[in-house]
Amino acid sequence: MPAETGTGVVLRAIDITKRYGATQALKGVNFEVRRGKVTVLFGENGAGKSTLMKVLAGVEGPTTGHLELDGERIELRSPNEAVDHGISIIHQELNLCPNLSVRDNIFIGREKRRSFGSIDYASERDVVRKLMARLEEDIDPDTPVSDLRLGQQQIVEIARALAMDARILIMDEPTSALSAAEVEVLFKVIMDLTDNGVAIVYISHHLEEAIEISDHAVVFRDGELVATADAADIDLSWVVGKMVGRAADYDFRGEEREYGEVVLSVENLKVVDPAGAGRLAVDDVSLTVKQGEIVCLYGLMGAGRTELVEALAGRLPIAGGTVRLDGDDLAGTSIAQRIGRGIGLVPEDRQRDGLVQSLSVGKNLSLASLFATTKNFFLSRGPETRRITDEISDVRVKTSGPGAAITSLSGGNQQKVVIGKMLLTDPKVLLLDEPTRGIDVGAKGEIFSLLYREARRGLAVLYVTSEIGEAITASHRVVVMAKGRVVREFDPYTTTREEIMTASGESEAGQHPIGALE
Amino acid sequence: MSLLSQSPETRNEQAKPKSPVATAAPRKINLNAMMVEGRALIALLLIVIVFASLSPHYLSPDNLIIMTRHVAMNAILAIGMLMVILNGGIDLSVGSTVGLSGVVAGMLLDGLQISSLNVLAYPSVWVVILISLAVGTLVGYVNGVLVSRLNVAPFVATLGMLYIARGIALLITNGTPFSNLRGDEALGNTGFLAFLKAAPLGLPMPVWAMIGFAAAFAILLNKAPFGRWLYATGGNERAAELSGVPIKRVQTRVYVLSGLCAAAVGLLLTGDLSSATPRAGEFFELNAIAAVVIGGAALSGGRGTIRGTLIGAFVIGFLVDGLVLIGVSQFWQQIIKGAVIIVAVALDQMQQRLQQRRAAKAALASSSGPDPAPAAAQP
Repeated sequence: MPAETGTGVVLRAIDITKRYGATQALKGVNFEVRRGKVTVLFGENGAGKSTLMKVLAGVEGPTTGHLELDGERIELRSPNEAVDHGISIIHQELNLCPNLSVRDNIFIGREKRRSFGSIDYASERDVVRKLMARLEEDIDPDTPVSDLRLGQQQIVEIARALAMDARILIMDEPTSALSAAEVEVLFKVIMDLTDNGVAIVYISHHLEEAIEISDHAVVFRDGELVATADAADIDLSWVVGKMVGRAADYDFRGEEREYGEVVLSVENLKVVDPAGAGRLAVDDVSLTVKQGEIVCLYGLMGAGRTELVEALAGRLPIAGGTVRLDGDDLAGTSIAQRIGRGIGLVPEDRQRDGLVQSLSVGKNLSLASLFATTKNFFLSRGPETRRITDEISDVRVKTSGPGAAITSLSGGNQQKVVIGKMLLTDPKVLLLDEPTRGIDVGAKGEIFSLLYREARRGLAVLYVTSEIGEAITASHRVVVMAKGRVVREFDPYTTTREEIMTASGESEAGQHPIGALE
Repeated sequence: MSLLSQSPETRNEQAKPKSPVATAAPRKINLNAMMVEGRALIALLLIVIVFASLSPHYLSPDNLIIMTRHVAMNAILAIGMLMVILNGGIDLSVGSTVGLSGVVAGMLLDGLQISSLNVLAYPSVWVVILISLAVGTLVGYVNGVLVSRLNVAPFVATLGMLYIARGIALLITNGTPFSNLRGDEALGNTGFLAFLKAAPLGLPMPVWAMIGFAAAFAILLNKAPFGRWLYATGGNERAAELSGVPIKRVQTRVYVLSGLCAAAVGLLLTGDLSSATPRAGEFFELNAIAAVVIGGAALSGGRGTIRGTLIGAFVIGFLVDGLVLIGVSQFWQQIIKGAVIIVAVALDQMQQRLQQRRAAKAALASSSGPDPAPAAAQP
């Protein structure tokens, strides 16, 4: 290890190993966190980043090795002990009670008390308002969390960690649901914290974003710390190269640019915002997708992209306009009927909407296409199993077999199951909402090369993304949405990132997209 | 596939949702399923061993048939209840439906007064049975519509129906049972009791009915798309919906099936008692829920099997009858039954946690495992 010890190291992990049964998640890691600096951890899923963060935050104890805080050896037996030492963590998954208000969630377990033990709501509310002002988010402290969009919920999660006044703040994928504008605000907050001497440990799958914020980069692979460098000395290809152990091809597009007939045509579509307020989430959108074409729907959170694809899939009702598949109007058809006609959705939230956790890998895969192997009212197991095993190898799910529990798979493999499930329905149009959210670079590449293979066979693909790199390197055409409308279309082969981001409204960094809509 | 192959299939079905570790080979899955169901099965064996040693009559063929007959009715109700619980719901109305369908049968056999035409109609026995089953099914359908279309919480909808169905049964009878179920040769409606009291091959009708219901529902769960839909909606309704599963239809249908099972029990019970009383079936829903839960089903939905539920029904029936046989007081019976239910579910929860931990480990292993060259040392 390059041991630039001495200056500013607050927390040091020494020779940490962590075993789960036969698996060694960490193999003797030495790691330093510095005062007033942002240390960014890079690595694919399962490389050991999250495990190390759990050890630092007291969620899990190391198998061997120990932690030193300010040069003194400490033992963290619980997350609360870590908080007592000034270490707090923003977890990758949201840990909020949707039925409680923003204020309650931020102070849960650490309520401010008045002298008689009752909760001091007024001062709690005050603190929340200040935190929200700092995060430039227009969220009232008394709003129930269930009324917030995913991105806003993530803001609440961040606010909760900020409320703890930690000296060391660990952020595990804090931006996965944030818009670029919100990320920018978060970065300002991070700078502010580091100026005040707070040490930040930062993990993100948005590599460019993470490079931008980092002072110090650390790369993990297979449970080992494989490289460290100062931010000034690194770039994207260095990081990706260290992560996968070779220089990765970051362009998924290929050469193919021959499209067929228009399969999906949307005219003047209007969708009412399911979150209420009687406003339109999708306002007069028209677009078409051709056979073999991969179209990216880019925009900020709250731009109406999710509502658009959900309306196309039949989950949200259409308030106006028409959707045609191969010329047939889809009005009044159910989700099942649309899947039957050849249009299906791979949803944004894999755990909530994509998978049935209690079913096996195989049964998740065949769920949307059971009738393909139903004869005389009954499922025929042989053909079903054959279809499942074929699909597992086709979309390259790494699993021990169709009977494996779906929860035993990594995020990327779970996503491949969700995609495979829809591919088994033999779709003409596949809609994907943030298909690479929270999955590693390797799996991302596999998913896009899969989509490109299917596109060459004639599948029309419409995918939503918030990652500009993914918009520009993985699509044939970029459609930008803002405030419920299509603002512009771009040819990614000839456009710059800046042009697309400007069109989406991202450059007006001070404005919050969601607040502006309300 | 024939009925005979049902048992291994069920076992297979059993293991997949629960299987903690990735197991491809069916043999291994069976082993896991054995462990999962083992708990209830061991409880049943213990019950049999303990009571057999305390009373020589316990295992006599006669007593076994009597006990199985008691088990049968609860088992049929529990099978219907399992459908609802797999969907993540609950059906509190089944006891009342038992009473209502029995009373409807009694009323029809007694002669149906159609006042506007001023006639007394005497439907034939088969029509009586069909109408009674239809009434139970209708109660279930109303429950289903309330839950799936009007979004009334299952607990509330079926609690309301518990009172309504019981009330209708009391209204029909005016509080007094129909005890003339023999029918009249001249009217051609005899044979109702004879049919329900028949015992082909020495097994009473309720036992045959239990076997028939168990087989039919096991096929429905494991062989028909409906079964897969049911497991999927119980496991994650939103994901099931996006996969094209008609979740509303599935939800309605489970209550219909539960109502059908309850109506069948209503007829069997009427046959047993030789009288159709409006109070029949009170509190039956609780025993049915207990059987499902002891059988390893999750009240949150998505997990549970016919086989487990049958074992659960046998555990309760053999326990209670054993306690009666050795002369344990009614009061203690209640306490012991309650304790068995709680212990069963507590053990189930412990096992779930263990499995989740194992699945988490497997996930870790699979996400860090695939790289073929992990040991490459880095400078």
